[in-house]
Amino acid sequence: MTRKRRRLYLVLFGMALLGVATALMLNAFSDNLVFFHTPSDVTAKSFEQDRRFRLGGLVEEESVKKAEDGMTTHFRITDHDNAIKVVFKGSLPDLFREGQGVVAEGKLDASGVFLASEVLAKHDENYMPPEVADALKKSGQWKGDE
Amino acid sequence: MVAEIGHYALMLALVLAIVQGTLPLIGAQNGIESWVAVARPAALGQLFFIAVSFAALTYAFVVSDFTLTAVVANSHSAKPMLYKISGVWGNHEGSLLLWILILAMFGGAVAAFGRNLPPYLRARVLSVQGLIGVGFLLFILLTSTPFERLPNPPLDGNGLNPLLQDPGLAIHPPFLYLGYVGFSMAFSFAIAALIEGRVDPAWARWVRPWTLLAWCFLTIGIALGSWWAYYELGWGGWWFWDPVENASFMPWLLGTALLHSAIVVEKRDTLKAWTILLAILTFSLSLLGTFIVRSGVLTSVHAFATDPERGVFILLFLAIVVGGSLLLFAMRGPALRSGGLFSPISREGALVLNNMLLTTACATVLLGTLYPLFLDALTGEKVSVGPPYFNATFVPLMVPLFVALAAGPMMAWKRGDLGAAMARLKFAFALSVVVALGTWYLRTGGPVLAIFGMALGVWLVAGALLEWFARLKLFTISPADSWRRLRGLPRAAHGMTLAHIGVGIVIMGVTGVESWTEEQAKVMRPGETISIGQYDLTLKGAKTVQGPNYSALRGTFDVSSEGEYITTMEPETRSFTTSTMTTTEAAIRPTLTSDLYAVIGDADGKGGYATRFYVKPLVHWIWAGCLIMVIGGFVSLSDRRHRVGAPAAKRKSAPLKEAKA
Repeated sequence: MTRKRRRLYLVLFGMALLGVATALMLNAFSDNLVFFHTPSDVTAKSFEQDRRFRLGGLVEEESVKKAEDGMTTHFRITDHDNAIKVVFKGSLPDLFREGQGVVAEGKLDASGVFLASEVLAKHDENYMPPEVADALKKSGQWKGDE
Repeated sequence: MVAEIGHYALMLALVLAIVQGTLPLIGAQNGIESWVAVARPAALGQLFFIAVSFAALTYAFVVSDFTLTAVVANSHSAKPMLYKISGVWGNHEGSLLLWILILAMFGGAVAAFGRNLPPYLRARVLSVQGLIGVGFLLFILLTSTPFERLPNPPLDGNGLNPLLQDPGLAIHPPFLYLGYVGFSMAFSFAIAALIEGRVDPAWARWVRPWTLLAWCFLTIGIALGSWWAYYELGWGGWWFWDPVENASFMPWLLGTALLHSAIVVEKRDTLKAWTILLAILTFSLSLLGTFIVRSGVLTSVHAFATDPERGVFILLFLAIVVGGSLLLFAMRGPALRSGGLFSPISREGALVLNNMLLTTACATVLLGTLYPLFLDALTGEKVSVGPPYFNATFVPLMVPLFVALAAGPMMAWKRGDLGAAMARLKFAFALSVVVALGTWYLRTGGPVLAIFGMALGVWLVAGALLEWFARLKLFTISPADSWRRLRGLPRAAHGMTLAHIGVGIVIMGVTGVESWTEEQAKVMRPGETISIGQYDLTLKGAKTVQGPNYSALRGTFDVSSEGEYITTMEPETRSFTTSTMTTTEAAIRPTLTSDLYAVIGDADGKGGYATRFYVKPLVHWIWAGCLIMVIGGFVSLSDRRHRVGAPAAKRKSAPLKEAKA
C-alpha cells in the first residue's frame, strides 16, 4: 500500500468516525439539552408539557411542607415576582433551606405544578447558582454582596 | 515575616524562570554553549525558591497565621492538622502554588536525572518548562498571590468547606496536579522537537516514561475523586459528568491516546506529527482543566466578570500557549518525515483506531462541557448538558474501542492477520457468551444492555490473558520453559496486560452499578426494619455524638440476612461548628460483589429519621480496575527500557559488545 493510499484510507476513516460522532451528538443534544427558566419565565410562556427543564430561584419562606409519608416535600420556588409550586419525592440536599437559592430539574404537570425529579445539591453555603443570581438581578430582587 | 519570605522567593523564582525560558533556547539556537549550560542550574534554582515559597505558605497554615487572607478564608484553628495542611491547596491561590511547585519538580527532575539527554534537547525542554513557569508565576504574583496580608486580622478563620475535610480528598488534588503537570513534560519535549525539527524513536523513548508517569498519577487522582464522591456525597454516585470531572477526564482520554501513539513512534518511527499534536493538545486540555475548575468559568461566563483581571489573564495565557504551539506545529509539523508503512490491519492500524476513537470521544466530552458556556456567551440562553448527553455520545464510541482492544495486541507490526487473531480469541468469545447467558439467567430483571456490558468486560479480561498466555507459550511448552519466558518477558508487556485487564474490570463495575442498583428510602423509627436486596436493617437507635470540630447524629442499624446477624452499621449526619453546613457520612459495608450503603438524615421531630439505603453491585470493581491499571502503568515504568536513564544502560552494554567483537 502506498503512502498516499494509506493516508487516504486514514482520512476517510477519520471523517466517517467524526460523522458518526456528530450524528450522536446532534441526536443527544436534541433530546437532552435542559434549559433553565425562572418562575416568571414559566408563568409568561407556554410550555411543551413533556419537555424537561430546570427551574431556579429561591425557596419561598414558609412554603416547605413534608407530606405524611415523610419522603415527599412540597415547596414553592420564587423570584419574588412569581412563584411555582414544586413537588419532590426523595431526600433533599443538605443545604436545602427556606430563603436559599435552589435549582430543580423536572417537568410541569397539567395543572402547572412542577414535578421535580432532582433538586440540585450545592456544596457551599455561600454559593448561589449563577443562573439564580442572574434571574434575581433581572427581577431587581438581588440582595447580594455587590 | 515568613509569608514575606515566601512572597519574595516566588519573585526570585520568576526571575530564574525568565532566565531559564530564554537563554538556553537562544543559546541552543545559536550554538552558545555557556547559555545552554544555564538551563540546569536555573531549573534547580527555580525549584528551590518555589519550594521555599510553598513551605512558607504551609507554615502559615500550620500555625494558623490569621493575618493572611488565604488562611482566614480556608482554615480554622480547631481544624485537625491534616486538613490544615490540605487547606494549603484547598483554594485557588494555594492550588496554583502547588501546581507550579510540581511543574518545578518535573523540571528539576529533568535537570537532575536527564544527563543522558542530548544537551541541546535538554536545554530546549527546560526552556519550554521555564516559559510555562513564567506564565504561572506571573499569574500568581499579579492576580492571585496567597501571601496577601489583612489589615485587621480576625481571631479565627472561616474554616475549610467540611465536605473537603476528608483524607481521600486531601490527597486528591496533588495527584490530579501531578498528572496535569506531568503532561507538561510531553508538551515541552514536543515543542523542543518541533524547534529542532527532529522526532525519532529515541525522542519517543524519552517522552514515554514521563507520559506514563503523568497518566498513572492522573488515573489515581480521578479515581480518588470518584471514590470520594461515592462515599461522601451520600447518594452513592460515582461519576456525574460534572464539568469539573470532565475537566480532568479529557486530558486523561488524550493522554491515554498519547501513551499509545508514542509506542508507534518508538517502535515504527511513524505517526510522528500526530503524536506531537496529541502531546500539545493533552497539555492544553490540562491547562484548560486547571483554570476552568478554579476560576469557576464553567458554571457561568459571569464568573469572569467578577474578577476580570484573572479572566483576561487566563484567556491570554491559554491563547498564547495553545495558539503559539499549534502555530509552531503548523509551520514545522509537515516537515516531519514519517517512516514505516503499514497496512490498516496491523498493530499500528489498531493503535490508530485506538487514537481516533479516544480523540473523538474526547471531542464529544469537550463539546458537551463547553456548549453551555458558548450558548450563554452568544445568546444569553442558559442550558445544562447532563449525563444523558454523555451517555448517548461517549458510550457508543467506547464500545468499538473495547471490542477492538482485545485483538489489537495480537496483531503483528506492519501487517497483521485478523483471522489468526480472531481464532486465538475464540476462547475469550466463548467465555463472553457464557457470561452473557449467565448474567441473563441470574438477573432477568436488569436492562438488556447490562448483559452486553458484562460480556464486554469479560472479553477484555480474557483477551488480555490469552495474549499473555500466548507470549508465555503456556500449555504448548513445558511449565518450566513458560516460567523462563515469563522471567524474560519485558516488564512493559506485563504492564500492558495488567492495564487492559483493569479496563475490563472497570467496565464490569460500571455495568453492575449502573444496571442493578437497588434503592430504599423511608422515615424510620427505632425498632423498625427495612429490607433491601438480601439484607434486613433494623434501626436500633440514634444519638448525638461529638467530633473534634463537629457534632453528629449517629444512627445504629443491625444488619442481618435471612435471620442471621451480620454486622452493625453507623451512618452519621455531621453539623460543623464553624459553618452552617452539614455533611453526610454514609456507612458502607463492602463485599466482593456488592456494597450495602446506608445514610441517615434529619429527625422529623416525631421520633423518626429520614433514612436511605442502596445496594450497589460491583461498585468497588470500578476503583479496583483503576488501581490495576495504575499498577500496570508502574510495572511498565519499572521496565529497564523505560527508565529515565535507559540510554545509560545501553552505553554500559556497548563496550561489552566491542569486547566480544
